[in-house]
Amino acid sequence: MGIVTPGFVGKRRDADPRLPPGQYETKDFPVLSVGPTPNIHAGEWQFSITTEHGETRRWSWEEFRALPVEDVHTDIHCVTRWSKFGTLWRGVSLDTLFEGLQTDAGYVMEHAYGGYTTNVPLAELRGGKAWLVFEYDGEPLDPEHGGPVRLLVPHLYFWKSAKWVTGLTLHTTEELGFWEVNGYHAHGDPWKEQRYYYDS
Amino acid sequence: MAGVKWVVAEVVGIRDETATARTLLLRIPRWTGHLAGQHIDVRLTAADGYQAARSYSLSSAGDDEFAAISVERMPDGEVSPYLVDGVVVGTQLEVLGPLGGWFVWRPTQAEPIRMIGGGSGIAPLVSILRTHLHSGSDAPVQLLYSVRSPEFVYFKDELAELTAAARADVSIRYTRSAPEGWSGPVGRLSAADVQAWAARTPASSLPASSYICGPTRFVELMADALVAGGTDPLTVRTERFGGA
Repeated sequence: MGIVTPGFVGKRRDADPRLPPGQYETKDFPVLSVGPTPNIHAGEWQFSITTEHGETRRWSWEEFRALPVEDVHTDIHCVTRWSKFGTLWRGVSLDTLFEGLQTDAGYVMEHAYGGYTTNVPLAELRGGKAWLVFEYDGEPLDPEHGGPVRLLVPHLYFWKSAKWVTGLTLHTTEELGFWEVNGYHAHGDPWKEQRYYYDS
Repeated sequence: MAGVKWVVAEVVGIRDETATARTLLLRIPRWTGHLAGQHIDVRLTAADGYQAARSYSLSSAGDDEFAAISVERMPDGEVSPYLVDGVVVGTQLEVLGPLGGWFVWRPTQAEPIRMIGGGSGIAPLVSILRTHLHSGSDAPVQLLYSVRSPEFVYFKDELAELTAAARADVSIRYTRSAPEGWSGPVGRLSAADVQAWAARTPASSLPASSYICGPTRFVELMADALVAGGTDPLTVRTERFGGA
């Protein structure tokens, strides 16, 4: 605990056990992006996964939408300290996309439109923990929230849920993405408060 | 920056900006300055250990002795009412930073600078203006500041001084009401306004860097207007606040 701030009482919004340390609850949906919002038509959208051996799987929008979908009801946590409870998404589990893929890679680079990247251990994307989502709250995903398709990795800080995602590349060594090179943490667990690169 | 930790800063100066916002000058131990555009986190702790933290953009020049943040009292806010109404000179606050590595301007950047600020989004842009002046940069710089009415203008006197001293091209757009005798247009900026403003950027062999900061809806409109006018999206850096 830090020094006491005289006269500060606070609103005690963090009594909620759903709230990780240093976060506060918001009811609206702030936008965190580092540049203009790209306008990507679903028809031109493509997604690919490339293994460390150079094997690539590709999905067009139609192929992607033919995959089984799941509804995901989850809390999300932004590194800028807001958390939003009970968000509702619809998308395809990454387990479905990884099925049968031969890889010994431990690390993933997420690639997004415009060249933005973020890195994440492969284990964080498997086992029912990550999705490619195309609907939020029953509506097509807004471009400013990453539409037509973004990643959803809700157990990590939300910058790991790349907006406008175009593909994943698998790697045997950990490389840092755009966000991590610019000061954010390589792993990003909100419950361990891994915000910035020097947090343990 | 390895090992950056929460440190106890002291408020050494307070200045009112508007009826609902003020600037705090902070003396931060072992402060070695910051990059223009960066922010710090401020953490408050109640007597029973309850803590709340928020991020604030720095408006100081990168090499200023004291860090400056400007805080607007948010309706239903938790931290901002205390920072606007509860803090006095001598109050100690915990801070972490400086933070952020993308929405920044470095004096080594020679390309023209375009900045668009909405409301309190002016703060990091003033940091860039001040840093530009301190560094003696020759980069052409222009600022477009959208604000409701004269009583909501932050950094009123400095903007005039910086305009003259840094040879900056500073324009204010009042969206609701302008000062008496104002001859310019009043109302929200249109895409055409933004594109005409961007066309004023002096010719350079380097593409301009654009910095846009403000409420989410404002930033979306301004960034879209620049991109529609032919600006490369990868040269546009944005900082948004509030919900969408």
